Amino acid sequence: MNEVAHLSLHVPEPAVRPGGQPDFSNVKIAKAGAVPRPAVDVAPEEIRDLAYSIIRVLNRDGEAVGPWAGLLSDEELLTGLRNMMKLRAFDARMLMAQRQGKTSFYMQHLGEEAVSCAFRKALAKGDMNFPTYRQAGLLIADDYPMVEMMNQIYSNEADPLRGRQLPIMYSSKAHGFFTISGNLATQYVQAVGWAMASAIRNDTKIAAAWIGDGSTAESDFHSALVFASTYKAPVILNIVNNQWAISTFQGIARGGSGTFAARGLGFGIPALRVDGNDYLAVHAVAKWAAERARRNLGPTLIEYVTYRVGAHSTSDDPSAYRPKTESEAWPLGDPVLRLKKHLVLRGVWSEERHAQAEAEILDEVIQAQKQAESHGTLHAGGKPSVRDIFEGVYAEMPAHIRRQRQKAGY
Amino acid sequence: MARMTMIEAVRSAMEVSMGRDDEVVVFGEDVGYFGGVFRATQGLQAKYGKTRCFDAPINESGILGTAIGMAAYGLKPCVEIQFADYMYPAYDQITQEAARIRYRSNGDFTCPIVVRMPTGGGIFGGQTHSQSPEALFTHVCGLKVIVPSNPYDAKGLLIAAIEDPDPVMFLEPKRLYNGPFDGHHEKPVTPWSKHELGEVPEGHYTIPIGKAEIRRPGSAVTVVAYGTMVHVALAAAEETGIDAEVIDLRSLLPLDLDTIVQSVKKTGRCVVVHEATLTSGFGGEVVSLVQEHCFYSLEAPVVRVTGWDTPYPHAQEWDYFPGPARVGRALQEVMEG
Repeated sequence: MNEVAHLSLHVPEPAVRPGGQPDFSNVKIAKAGAVPRPAVDVAPEEIRDLAYSIIRVLNRDGEAVGPWAGLLSDEELLTGLRNMMKLRAFDARMLMAQRQGKTSFYMQHLGEEAVSCAFRKALAKGDMNFPTYRQAGLLIADDYPMVEMMNQIYSNEADPLRGRQLPIMYSSKAHGFFTISGNLATQYVQAVGWAMASAIRNDTKIAAAWIGDGSTAESDFHSALVFASTYKAPVILNIVNNQWAISTFQGIARGGSGTFAARGLGFGIPALRVDGNDYLAVHAVAKWAAERARRNLGPTLIEYVTYRVGAHSTSDDPSAYRPKTESEAWPLGDPVLRLKKHLVLRGVWSEERHAQAEAEILDEVIQAQKQAESHGTLHAGGKPSVRDIFEGVYAEMPAHIRRQRQKAGY
Repeated sequence: MARMTMIEAVRSAMEVSMGRDDEVVVFGEDVGYFGGVFRATQGLQAKYGKTRCFDAPINESGILGTAIGMAAYGLKPCVEIQFADYMYPAYDQITQEAARIRYRSNGDFTCPIVVRMPTGGGIFGGQTHSQSPEALFTHVCGLKVIVPSNPYDAKGLLIAAIEDPDPVMFLEPKRLYNGPFDGHHEKPVTPWSKHELGEVPEGHYTIPIGKAEIRRPGSAVTVVAYGTMVHVALAAAEETGIDAEVIDLRSLLPLDLDTIVQSVKKTGRCVVVHEATLTSGFGGEVVSLVQEHCFYSLEAPVVRVTGWDTPYPHAQEWDYFPGPARVGRALQEVMEG
């Protein structure tokens, strides 16, 4: 009788756990400027390599190099830096506010500011994002008032969502920001539907779908790719690979082979990987994908390779599952510092101006916070009416909800 | 006026709506070129073009997810889930997304979609083509849930659903597509062309969502039913000779509580009939409301007649289906109670 080997299950593990030395030597990083920039109407099969490389513009010396460089003016870059700094300062203040009990929960963007801030600048007015909870930079970069974001975080009497949503789950149609769901990946396929609708109506607007690396394991991620490729929807399919899905490393969703970007290849969708900590590279790739969508060339999938420096949320403790110094070892650096260095090198920025900008931004954030707190915080001051619980479930309140509202005394 | 089957009435509702409003789009599995497995969408693609009526990949969550995105853009998608049994992969999109978008965004975004799905048994569809999942939707705030029982209502309610600013689950009892069905499976079905409710206006009309209809006035007992069970209840009343008042709910959410309460206060007795399983079924909600609002008028305990708490069997379909004999026994039971 033949001997039959017993099977064993493979469960992927990250290279290093707490107490170990961070090691990113397995992360293959192309030199800045090394990846070619194809024409937007390139056949997807001709750029399969782009799903395995990393598009980078800023090199170690802070220079912008290669075919993806040169799209942004000094002024646009300075605005980009300011937006990222603003998001970082906003995060820091709101994190503190949560620790002070002014809200229940917060999720910060530390280390990922370039992704959403640069991407927003590649879109036009009227385009629609279907974001996750880690793309507040889309609002900041579109000049959505910080005080409105804070009112929502505090669920106070001025909260535009009337206290119904978790903090950071913003909604602004006017700023191209679809209402955030707590259920993962549902928005990914909705973005494709929005883009299909724009095409059905022969409009000129495009949509952007957002997902984290962990959530690519959800069925709706795959549903979205099916619909996007089938109907050639004008949508940009963004995957933010920040290495960690709460405590689960990206290898659990991805498996041991390929990249997240490569998942687009089986669908015939052009797929690119980009340095998510490089403001210029993110913007250039987003612009390329937006032009493809707008020229009716269909969807593009982009994987942003970045690192979640902070905790997943205020309820998370990353020191329990990864080395404390891992973020410092991250080979793609800090997006704010990298853009700052580039601007200094360009001669349009300096340490002094940076320090001054930091102070100005902090003051701006504090002023917004004061204004928001004048309307109340989660447990103190003004809050939305109990009547608001019952409003807006339907366009017109049905009798059974009216009866319940009356029973509640409102 | 024209004589229509329920499937033709459903098709007519979509055709009229698409003609009146460019924002209405219809899609789902097999609904485009072929016209759907029940032919509900036949001819719509030829008339309105393939960007307004088109085939979708076999991906229910994708169908609902894209419909939600289209609605957020400003379209009014009317999608088909091929059988109600297949809607489970889309349940997350229906219950946590479509139903909540208006509320969670404080009206910033809305979701005017219609989800059509053939429901119920009686066609030897076995356990994966016979389910009645309405209670899974009536538990979800933000949805509206409709189950028509005849061609006239089906058209008027579907047009109202398409024009409704909120998401509507539209469950079509597939056993009624070609004619009223009174539960006597051994007898040939009377076609809708011989039934007064098969007379359907060809143009636009609506029936308000949330209004029940009394199909048979009576004074001895109230029978609350919807969909196929309306016809079974009518047959049971005729066959037992009991003076039953039969209420066709038409809309389960919102529910026409006033019509139920008014009737039960008059008759003092109530039987609730549905095809879905008993435990935690919609009948439990009706019984609870009757108890709450009519307790002092009741002369007997309220009785439910439903499918059994098992999956829908194939070979024993007619032992599962609540037929007129079972409803008749329940009527007699409450009359004696």
